[in-house]
Amino acid sequence: MAKKILLDKINIPGIKSYEVYRQNGGYASVEKAIKTMTPDAITEEVKASGLRGRGGAGFPMGLKWSFIDKKSGKPRHLVCNADESEPGTFKDRYLMEHIPHLLIEGMITSSYALGANLSYIYIRGEYMWVYKIIERAIKEAYAAGWLGKNILGSDYSLDLHVHCGAGAYICGEETALIESLEGKRGNPRIKPPFPAVSGLWGNPTVVNNVESISNVPWIVNNSGEEFAKIGLGRSTGTKLISASGHIKKPGVYEIELGITVDEFINSEEYCGGMIDDRPIKALIPGGSSVPILPAHLIYKTAEGEDRLMTYESLSEGGFATGSMMGSGGFIVYNDTACIVRNTWNFAKFYAHESCGQCSPCREGTGWMEKVLYRIETGHGTSEDIDLLWDIQRKIEGNTICPLGDAAAWPVAAAIRHFREEFEYHIQFPEKVKNRNHFVDEPFESIKHLVTK
Amino acid sequence: MENKNYTQVINITPELKSRIDELISHYPADKRKSALLPVLHEVQDAHDNWLSADLMAKVAEILEITPIEVFEVVTFYTMYNQKPMGKYMFEFCLTSCCSLRGAEDMLEYACEKLGIQPGGTTEDGMFSVVGVQCLGACGYAPMMQLGDFYKEHLTPAQIDQIIEDCKAGKIILHDK
Ligand SMILES: Cc1cc2nc3c(=O)[nH]c(=O)nc-3n(C[C@H](O)[C@H](O)[C@H](O)COP(=O)(O)O)c2cc1C
Ligand code: SF4
Repeated sequence: MAKKILLDKINIPGIKSYEVYRQNGGYASVEKAIKTMTPDAITEEVKASGLRGRGGAGFPMGLKWSFIDKKSGKPRHLVCNADESEPGTFKDRYLMEHIPHLLIEGMITSSYALGANLSYIYIRGEYMWVYKIIERAIKEAYAAGWLGKNILGSDYSLDLHVHCGAGAYICGEETALIESLEGKRGNPRIKPPFPAVSGLWGNPTVVNNVESISNVPWIVNNSGEEFAKIGLGRSTGTKLISASGHIKKPGVYEIELGITVDEFINSEEYCGGMIDDRPIKALIPGGSSVPILPAHLIYKTAEGEDRLMTYESLSEGGFATGSMMGSGGFIVYNDTACIVRNTWNFAKFYAHESCGQCSPCREGTGWMEKVLYRIETGHGTSEDIDLLWDIQRKIEGNTICPLGDAAAWPVAAAIRHFREEFEYHIQFPEKVKNRNHFVDEPFESIKHLVTK
Repeated sequence: MENKNYTQVINITPELKSRIDELISHYPADKRKSALLPVLHEVQDAHDNWLSADLMAKVAEILEITPIEVFEVVTFYTMYNQKPMGKYMFEFCLTSCCSLRGAEDMLEYACEKLGIQPGGTTEDGMFSVVGVQCLGACGYAPMMQLGDFYKEHLTPAQIDQIIEDCKAGKIILHDK
């Protein structure tokens, strides 16, 4: 069995409850941290671990912590990002639902390291039953003395609360999340100032993903050096992958970084291969915002190397022939999927979720959705592909927050790798009228109609 | 505003008030506004799943902010309804993975079964069917949200069953 850090205890009956979690070594990191370590020593361990943020951007966690402004003397906050709304991603929910105390333990140990006395878990409103699970778990932690005043008799005090959103993907962006936590619309802020200097209520704030924070107890218990031994190169530790699409066993898996994409998709331990053993057509390895990979670039890179489940290997080849680890939202497509339809589906998502502050994003996402819909339903013209390319290029890099880029990249990658499919939709409009067109007749068998 | 035509009886029961006070206590005393999103969820759940202008004004009064501050939030977030919706609101995720696994078929099936259009509500006010964006259940597609819970791995037979259970009052909507 592969190394597990987050899900090693997931099969213990009752691990959801405080008692069972505690009996199985839970909250040990809080004891160790508060009784034997200084806050800075914990930050050093996290730095040594090489842990990279699991929310999507992969920014080194210890480094981020070291930016928090301790000089101003203002109250500091840790905010856990449990907004999880990136299509293809459902791992944080799994952790919170099945082992809620792990996140709470991580929040306490991490808040101690940051010198935060008031911290929040921001969870998307749709996960209402998970919100209730976390709320109850926090009450249990208070009752057992892990939260509140003078934890373990020390002079460290922490209040922790869970806060719910109300249906807005953009609130996963850290500054929008802070606005939302302040009771406002989720409009991202212009950076700088960064949250580490001016975040929640103008106070220094660190925002970290659920999975990132859940790794901290293990690092404190076992040391950053031990953590860095797991994984491969600069991709240290394990990663939760949310696997979905045309695979036999969709679900959440904890992998050691460094296994091959082939093993992840085809082994019994993980996805179990393709449904009905149909051929693989495409892969989105890191959530809807990252570039889609065509079949020939999934198992091997353009250089012919094995494609590995690491930050480096997934992005090997840049945007021309690679993709990104992102949030680990791993979506697998077989030959019945229509890439144009899927790209339109994502464009619709981004158009719906744009907060509307920047014109390139607000207008551009809407135009992309319309043009893609036109192509998908057989009303496209030969200029539309270039028009799409032009729109996405004008969004990228021209907006306040990265949602604009996240909307542009999937369109660019789809055109780059699947241009023939777009052309087919334009040349044979009558053949794409039925929304299941490639279920009835996979593109692979009719491709010759548009390729030279 | 559309909701002009509808009236809503506002009733902040003592239980609701104490829950609101508990939520407000999660934020510093001078940051009551921060409780707005959680408070709106509670208030909406207790008022037939929608928020009238009068109810928003009431929330503003409780949080000591202006009504416009509530209104601008209600209009930003999709989970707040500004008009009455069915008691049982079927929210089908239509984003990528769900769509790949037949989400549109499920939504259409439910609509046909209930005799309504997507976005519509049955005349008796019992059911609404809407399509929504990714709910974070991609591995368990197709699926829908019903109250505080998810119904996953949907099939037409299961949708029939859920409709029956709703009619029989067997579905728990909120985890209070
Ligand atoms: C549009 C958008 C949506 C995002 N959604 C999420 C999310 O749902 N969860 C998350 O952890 N990070 C999300 N992020 C990334 C956060 O802004 C932030 O980088 C992250 O929470 C930092 O945590 P980490 O360093 O532990 O990964 C999103 C970013 C953008 C631009
Ligand atoms: S890029 Fe889009 S989502 Fe981000 S701030 Fe601008 S308009 Fe809002």
